[in-house]
Amino acid sequence: MQQTVFFLFAALAILASIGVVAQRNPMHSVLLLIVSFAGLSGLYIQLDAPFTAVTQIIIYAGAIMVLFLFVVMLLNAHTEDDVVPVTLGPHAMKLGAVFSAILALELAYALSGLIPTPFPTDPAVTSAVSNVATIGTVLFTTYSFAFEATSILILVAMVGAVVIAGKPRSEH
Amino acid sequence: MVSLNHYLVLSAVLFSIGTAGVFLRRNLITVLLSIEIMLNAVNVTFVAAGRYHGAVDGQIIVFFVMTVAAAEAAVGLALVIALFRHRETLSPDAFTMLKW
Repeated sequence: MQQTVFFLFAALAILASIGVVAQRNPMHSVLLLIVSFAGLSGLYIQLDAPFTAVTQIIIYAGAIMVLFLFVVMLLNAHTEDDVVPVTLGPHAMKLGAVFSAILALELAYALSGLIPTPFPTDPAVTSAVSNVATIGTVLFTTYSFAFEATSILILVAMVGAVVIAGKPRSEH
Repeated sequence: MVSLNHYLVLSAVLFSIGTAGVFLRRNLITVLLSIEIMLNAVNVTFVAAGRYHGAVDGQIIVFFVMTVAAAEAAVGLALVIALFRHRETLSPDAFTMLKW
């Protein structure tokens, strides 16, 4: 049962991600990525991480992907240019394909040496990792500095985005 | 029985798809989306490893990764808008000059 659910959600995430990369229409890419995130969030529930599953949906699908959708609609650039620019030469895409294949092979090689490691089934462990109160306590004590630094990062990113995308100042 | 290996393999597959997207696509928005796929692949590893060790630290790192992803998407999309305003295209190969 657990295995079926895992393979269902994993297949959903992988197929949707392939769709994101293969689609020519950016709008479809963004929507497929939301499907992929939904699959991953199902896997997080399988991993006893309901908090992460919910933040995945709320922050990723709800905020970041909506931002992407806004930009796709704003730019109104429906499809990709078909012509490969001459500046790159005819073999540029092949080189990219070779590099990504090499990375995939490296990852496969690295993972081939793993011995099977089942998850601990102890109910105490399960309840410890799925407890939102524990996550909050650790986040605001052990990781409080990182948390504050992230808030500054978000502030800088927000101001930076407004400055970069804002109307260009009039020439004088 | 689903083991840690399953999740690591899934993460590797997703990461490879994301890299292929960055290398092969000629659209700035799709490239940014591929980066999001890669970040999520790493998130799967963090949560699975955290579950394996019985600690919540993995989920907290995922929380930070999501925050950084939000910042990255905001600034990246702002740059895309600024570039599109100048060149009317989303192809990364159109932006090869440092100044115009």
